[in-house]
Amino acid sequence: MKFVLEAEQAEFGRVLGRMLAAADTPGAVRAWAAGDSEPGRRVWRRLAEAGVFALAVPEEYQGVGLRPVELAVAYEELGWHAVPGPVVECAASAVLLARLGDAARGQDSGTGPVPRPEAGSGPGARWLPRIATAEAIVSYADRARGPYALDADTADVTFVRDGDTLWTSTASGPVQPSLDPARRLARPHTDGAGAAAAAAAAAREAVTAGAYVASGPAVVRAAAHAADTAAFLTAAQALGAGRRLLAETVTYVKRRTQFGVPIGSFQAVRHRLADVLLALEFARPLVYGAAVALAGDEAGAGREIAAAKVAAGEAAYGAARAALQLHGAIGYTQELDLSLWLLKARALRTAWGTPSECRARVLGTPAAL
Amino acid sequence: MDLEHTPQDEDFRSQVRAWLAAHVPAVPLPSLETEEGFAAHREWEREMYADRWSVVSWPEEYGGRGASPVRRLIFEEEYHAASAPGRVGQNGISLLAPTLFAHGTEEQLARLLPPMASGETVWAQAWSEPESGSDLASLRSTAVRTGGGWLLHGHKTWSSRAAFADRAFGLFRGGPAADRPHHGLTYLMFDLRAPGVTVRPIGRLDGRPAFAEIFLDGVFVPDRDVIGEPGQGWRIAMSTAADERGTTLRAPGRFLAAADRLAALWRAAADPRDSAVRDRVADAVIAARAYQLFTYAQVSRPAAAGPDRPGTGHGGDGAAAASLGKVFWSELDIRLHETALDLLGPAGELADAAGEVPDHGRWAEGWTFALAGTLYAGTNEIQRDIIAERLLGLPKERRR
Repeated sequence: MKFVLEAEQAEFGRVLGRMLAAADTPGAVRAWAAGDSEPGRRVWRRLAEAGVFALAVPEEYQGVGLRPVELAVAYEELGWHAVPGPVVECAASAVLLARLGDAARGQDSGTGPVPRPEAGSGPGARWLPRIATAEAIVSYADRARGPYALDADTADVTFVRDGDTLWTSTASGPVQPSLDPARRLARPHTDGAGAAAAAAAAAREAVTAGAYVASGPAVVRAAAHAADTAAFLTAAQALGAGRRLLAETVTYVKRRTQFGVPIGSFQAVRHRLADVLLALEFARPLVYGAAVALAGDEAGAGREIAAAKVAAGEAAYGAARAALQLHGAIGYTQELDLSLWLLKARALRTAWGTPSECRARVLGTPAAL
Repeated sequence: MDLEHTPQDEDFRSQVRAWLAAHVPAVPLPSLETEEGFAAHREWEREMYADRWSVVSWPEEYGGRGASPVRRLIFEEEYHAASAPGRVGQNGISLLAPTLFAHGTEEQLARLLPPMASGETVWAQAWSEPESGSDLASLRSTAVRTGGGWLLHGHKTWSSRAAFADRAFGLFRGGPAADRPHHGLTYLMFDLRAPGVTVRPIGRLDGRPAFAEIFLDGVFVPDRDVIGEPGQGWRIAMSTAADERGTTLRAPGRFLAAADRLAALWRAAADPRDSAVRDRVADAVIAARAYQLFTYAQVSRPAAAGPDRPGTGHGGDGAAAASLGKVFWSELDIRLHETALDLLGPAGELADAAGEVPDHGRWAEGWTFALAGTLYAGTNEIQRDIIAERLLGLPKERRR
């Protein structure tokens, strides 16, 4: 039993952190929110070069196999640097396609999906290598969670799970205003009308003609695994975002003076930030515990992930509330980069599993949906 | 990074489980905070010691098994899962023994540890004084040099189990630089039945008398009962304080076992559609697991490394990390018991062990015990100050 990062894993996080610190992610987030995805795409390509997206892609599709601990390290950094785009959905798609890819090659017990007739080697071969290299920005929506897909307007393709059927979409409805402007939510088109829109979009990106990918019980099982992965990575991202909010606030309260002393010397401020650190420091082991469970493909991984999602989501949101309170009015502006993390922390708290759903899952009971 | 125990560690777990299954009393012992219960728990310590289970992490020569930190955690998981009795010897085993291992002489180890492990000598901690709690360096009890030893004068208080214990350990002003708050303290052990000692039991919140104040009037302590160098008491005590807050006293197994019992209570008693209660139960289960994994991370890293990339990059402070744990487990303990009492409804009010209440009223007893957790071992306010200064690097408050 050695529940601590290996030296190479910690170093991977540090290298990634340095690379992202040099990449002006706040600028990329602001551009992304305004509809200009190019700076964000540059960040994605650099992440792919560092191997981030390959961590969810099997080796036979040019990935390195599913590496949950490394994914946790990486997504904590993505949260710390507020990397824009469907980072969680992209990895969830990879996990889903990897499962279906296996099924399509006949490794499933006869209940597998029907592969697209013209897809000689299944959807995995078509998409997974492009995910690993960030040649494609991929989003994913599970209709059981609502009609919207994150960044469907920017993604090269959005996978949509609807019941036991998986579709692709390359077109979407208008972007709906989100409380986090960098999270662009839209309804992906997968129906007949959507196919026409997809054709129009094909001029921009000739990725796929058809919208249908697969159907059957294997889709349902793969989607459950994808949703677990998404919840896990959202938790890791929230942990990173929460740590960043705390770090920014600590820096600020040491510098900002009132009554002739730094406000960070006031006990009310010190104790509030101590509580933020406490919540984060006890969310972290749950996130890494979930990673270990996922790596072992344990039956109980879902509960571990749900526990991590609650703890990290609450910790990050608590960090956001404290950060805003202690920055005062300057924190309540879009001018300060702090707003990027404040709004993201709120969105991550309910993305891929609300606190209530996750708590029900921890106790092994269905959520009252 | 992994969470799998080795086959040898799992063998150890099986041995612990088998021994507990054969020895844990079927009916809970009376409360160890009563005279009768104290005696019964002392006997339980002797029974554990006989099979070398009372101090598993100690070296074999002192009655232990030289168990690794991971095995100690495994032992405690099994111990609490089996609802085994509370440890009447814990002040000595968890607080004094680590101090002796770090600062004691060979003679002290050989003389003091085996009777501590067997329950023959039960120790009380004598740190606090009536005007000296969180500001421990303000303590006023004195140790004055005399032929071959020291004479103690003063007044200690809030000393857990001192009403029935045999000996005590504490800090006294005396030795070099006796007039300087942190530099003039000497760490001494004394007999609670020595001439000049008066012990006055204090009724705790639950009415039980094991808690006491101690009056010292010229009590003689020989030189061999000084721990470390005279005048070095503060430094030595701070290492004990970290042990007290850390995992030696509050094993994750205790909270995991309580969370399991709470979840079982919820399944049996609660309306599953009541999501407000369900969420509180889930949060307690999640927090107990978090504390377990946090502790596994602590024991996995090299001793001097401190916390693993804590929130803001101020690392390398294991004692400050113990403050994180202390605040977390003490507040978790209260939440666990509050939730259970709410689930029990009016039955939760009955604290007796007559068997009329589910679980022998242990939730009510546990609640009153848990309430003290945010007070002792350094109040949670003091712990938050330590976290703010040493882990977050925030400036000290200007004190008058």
